[in-house]
Formats: sequence, structure tokens, C-alpha cells
Amino acid sequence: MKVRVDVMLKTGVLDPQGEAVRHALGNLGFSGVEGVRQGKVIELDLADGTSEEDVIKMCEKLLANTVIENYRIEVL
Amino acid sequence: MKAGVIVFPGSNCDRDLAVAFERAGAQVSMIWHKETELPSDLDMVAVPGGFSFGDYLRCGAIAAQSPITRSLIRHTERGGYALGVCNGFQVLTETGILPGALMRNANLKFICKPVGLKVETTDCDFLAGYSKGQELIVPVAHHDGNYQVTDEKLTQLRDEGRIAFTYTDNPNGSTGDIAGVISKNRRVLGMMPHPERCVDDVHGGTDGAAMFRSLVDSVVSA
Repeated sequence: MKVRVDVMLKTGVLDPQGEAVRHALGNLGFSGVEGVRQGKVIELDLADGTSEEDVIKMCEKLLANTVIENYRIEVL
Repeated sequence: MKAGVIVFPGSNCDRDLAVAFERAGAQVSMIWHKETELPSDLDMVAVPGGFSFGDYLRCGAIAAQSPITRSLIRHTERGGYALGVCNGFQVLTETGILPGALMRNANLKFICKPVGLKVETTDCDFLAGYSKGQELIVPVAHHDGNYQVTDEKLTQLRDEGRIAFTYTDNPNGSTGDIAGVISKNRRVLGMMPHPERCVDDVHGGTDGAAMFRSLVDSVVSA
């Protein structure tokens, strides 16, 4: 089974890289880009039957730093 | 005092830290990250700067899961001393030994220069050789030194006097200008600036030397 984990900075944590991308889009002439948040996508190839609980543990222990990041799990 | 310096693949300030501790009078051993246990007689464990595991995933995240790091966590829980500098500070926050997180510098640039630090507390064996409010010049060299904590945690750190150093001119966007913090039992210090890079006249400054000396002296005299 394939699982996709999206890791994003929490709302309220300034995302300097997203801000830089927003400026760059403005410089390219795209007006009206009011905000950009940049995150990570991690695809996991897991043995069938791996529990969601285990995927949550993977996220909490390693894939996301829950001090500053949120994660979302999607089974593909 | 017996000190150990953990070496991860990608560590690059390990020998500088070892020299700084040796000069202060400590007996230093280097510990490869594949070891599963720290030597049991260590008083102090240092986690050096560098780019452990290529900074993959997040700075310090992979090193924080290394077997030797589990032994380091047990060492700090027993009340052992620990110091994390730069990438070492990132490792200590990733393990949860120290609060907060270090993210990309607000200006997105790798910052490599001497910066001004203000000593915020001396109630810590690492900091007893300074005076409160003293200003030091210590080099920084990092891309991810932007220290982030929640407002509640910031208040708690201030109330408990656990901010070790603040920047006199915040280079990286850190919350509360924080450059270094200490643990609740005041025996673990994490900081982004490199005190081991200013312990000799040829470094261009010696403001870091007192930190190593005061720690070694306090353990010897204990």
C-alpha cells in the first residue's frame, strides 16, 4: 500500500521560504498571490495491513516536527 | 572531568569542541554514533555542529533517532551535563531534551559571521564564568538557526530564567532574540553560536573559553 504524508508548517509559524516564493511569483508578473506556504510530501511504500496507528507514530516520531509542523495522512 | 563528543556522519565541529574541552582541563573521548551506549563514566556529553546526515528531512532529525542519542537522553535524565552547539542544538530540540525548534533563517541566507550575544543568566554551570548582562562576540554559521517556541513556552522560559543568551542584533528571526536555552535542571545547554570557535587568540577572540573553563571547574570541584 502507498501512503502519502503532507507535512506543513503550522498556521502562525512564519514560512520564510513560502514568502520568498510569493515574492518571486510577484516578480514574474503574477499579481494577487496573497500567500504561499511551502511544505513536504513524503510517499511511503508500506506492507499491506500496516496500521494507521503506525503511520501516525512515524509522523510523530520522525516525519514531522510537531513543535512547528502539522501532518496529514492519505492512503493512496 | 570526563567529556565525550558524539560524532555523526556530517559532523564537522567535533574536533574543535574536543580541543576546547581539553584546553579547559577535561579528558575527552570521541564517540561514533553507531555506539549504542555512552561510556558510563562521562560527566558531560557534547553534540557538535555540522550537517549530521546531510540535514536530510530536517536539521538534526535523523541524528535525534540514532541509538547513541537514546543513550544521551538517558544521560540527561540521570542529571548528566550536555552541550549542543549549532547542529547539536538542533539535535537536542529534535529529541525533546530542549524545547522549541530551529527553522530556516528568516532572511533565507546562510549566516556566517561573529555576532553579539548577551548573557541572560549565570545560574548554570556553563555560564558561571560570565556576568549577567555581559556582552560577548561569538561566531555563528548556520542556515537554520531561527529559534521558534510558542508564546506560552517563551513566557515559561523567561519565568524560569532558562534563556542562556540572546542576540544583541537578531540575525535569523529567532523568537525573543534567543540564541541559546538551558534545560529545566540547568545542566543541558543548547546554542546556535559556536563558543568552541572563540577559545584561542588565533580565532580572533576568546569569549567562548570561560564557558568550557567554568563547566570543567564546577565538575572538578563538585
